Amino acid sequence: MAPNITLESYHNVAPAGTIDLAYKLSEQLKGRTMLHVNSTRWGGGVAEMLHRLVPIFKDLGIDIRWDVIEGTPEFYQVTKSFHNALQGESQVISPEMYETYLKVNRKNGRKMDLNADFVVIHDPQPAPLIYKRKKDSAWLWRCHIDASHPQRKVWNFLKQYVSRYNGAIFSLPGFAQKLSIPQILMYPSIDPLSDKNRDLSEDEIEALTGPYHIPRDKPMILQVSRFDRFKDPLGVIAAYKMVKKYTDCCLVLAGGSAADDPEGRAVLNEVKSAAEQDADIFILDLPPDANLQINALQRRASVVIQKSLKEGFGLTVAEAMWKGKPVIGGFVGGITVQIVYGQTGYTIHSIEGCAYRIRYLLNNPGVAQRMGEQAREFTRRNYLITRHLCDYLALMRMYIR
Amino acid sequence: MNEFCFKDCTEIRELTGKKADDEATLMELIEEAPLDSIYYHTHSYFLRHFYIAGPYPNDFANWAAVQVRDKALGEKLSGVTPSPSHDLESVRNELVDIIDAHLSEIRTVPAVIFGQPFYFMKSKIIEVPTQLSVHDLQEFRDALAVVHASAIYNHIFEARMRVRRGKSDFALWLEDVLGLKDLAAGIEGIDAYMFSLEGLRQKILSLCDRELQKGSDGA
Repeated sequence: MAPNITLESYHNVAPAGTIDLAYKLSEQLKGRTMLHVNSTRWGGGVAEMLHRLVPIFKDLGIDIRWDVIEGTPEFYQVTKSFHNALQGESQVISPEMYETYLKVNRKNGRKMDLNADFVVIHDPQPAPLIYKRKKDSAWLWRCHIDASHPQRKVWNFLKQYVSRYNGAIFSLPGFAQKLSIPQILMYPSIDPLSDKNRDLSEDEIEALTGPYHIPRDKPMILQVSRFDRFKDPLGVIAAYKMVKKYTDCCLVLAGGSAADDPEGRAVLNEVKSAAEQDADIFILDLPPDANLQINALQRRASVVIQKSLKEGFGLTVAEAMWKGKPVIGGFVGGITVQIVYGQTGYTIHSIEGCAYRIRYLLNNPGVAQRMGEQAREFTRRNYLITRHLCDYLALMRMYIR
Repeated sequence: MNEFCFKDCTEIRELTGKKADDEATLMELIEEAPLDSIYYHTHSYFLRHFYIAGPYPNDFANWAAVQVRDKALGEKLSGVTPSPSHDLESVRNELVDIIDAHLSEIRTVPAVIFGQPFYFMKSKIIEVPTQLSVHDLQEFRDALAVVHASAIYNHIFEARMRVRRGKSDFALWLEDVLGLKDLAAGIEGIDAYMFSLEGLRQKILSLCDRELQKGSDGA
């Protein structure tokens, strides 16, 4: 758990008035109990977010707990299939698999203390725990995944549990479903004080990026994402090659480790062969804990790309914007709400569009700087953890009578 | 009893699950949308964009212009804003009339090809009392200068449209308690839809300063 995090720590980074707003919202909630339940303590965006949010709720006097369900390997295999099916991939789920899912949830339900005034259940894995809800508590189901085009059979199964909640929270309007309960929009957030986003000195940036030997004498284009076809790294290389004909620059593709992922390994190999014979393309296969390195690369970049073809929310966009960088991103998922066209960057639909906007920004550093400044302010208002905190407090105020 | 207490607000955004991919569907859904949804798409915009404004002051116009790339409809919808004699039901009717007339002038129904659908939403506002309570115009002016921008939204748009007080809380208090009819009328006369919340703050501050100046000149 992140140590010594208090709300006051965010005074210098949150928008004016937000810290006061959080204090005021929490005044009527002191001593009330809140419980978050998800499926893992470490790894993944949900756990990362809860590690940061839980201490702040405590600091505000809210009696918060975070609990994690325990599952068997078969259970996690089933929920992985659920996850893929909800994201629209074709999956075969047998009656035995459904039974495994329910059995693990029943077992957890018997063991866990689920009493709280306000309960947030994250994602499909623990959704059936709703059967433990007491009459006077409010339970919300928080869906972090892109369930806009789910496999119908799997969604209908899950829906029988989701419909019993007091409300469901989605990350984008397009993820909403036909449900009889209120559906709330809540964007995810980044933590400006985490290693991935905290301020770095020039010396730190140099020390962290020096080992990659990226040239200093030409502008740097960066995409941070795992080596996945939906992130279109080959499209980024193609756009870079178009730019390179006119403007000297270098390209950094920084991605997570593809060691355990055969598909990722295949994409990484394709990326490596597309980059062959170009000494200005740098492919960095970074370990999962390379947060400071990613932070430094984003700060060193002239332009940041997120040329996804399919995306959930895509918080790497907010991360780059927080560092004052204009972002050029594919017109998909959460990228469309993070990039305000022509103000904080550009959304694009093609390799040619991506190349044109890179050229434009590299040749107009004043425009890039103005957009970067606006991007930082836009992120400050909309995508920081302090806004996320206020969203939860407002929901508690609404649901707890 | 006669003090004015500033209240910030925060918004909980609700998804209705309804969406339009073309302008005919947009029109149909506007016809059946709850008034809360019409309000959200013509007002909450201010809370979402403190600094960076889209081309027009309502979501319908922005969607037509930016996502459908039908700039003509975007322009036609841009001027639809409520007024004291133009409530949300009238706004709904006007939106529908404009889209209907626009569609009757063209052969095909413009639809989203590369853009995003229009997602109908609504919102709930949670009021949050501040420590700022004021008793005279100078105190009012000083508090207004520092209050969170959401308080300006709350006391102007929420008060006028959703709480249905007809006027902004600022104008009601200045007129009823301080007897400053001209200042209240000046605030009500501001075309609030043409400003961001920060711009609105500056506009009201300048009206207050002028009134305070008048008072000191007359003293």
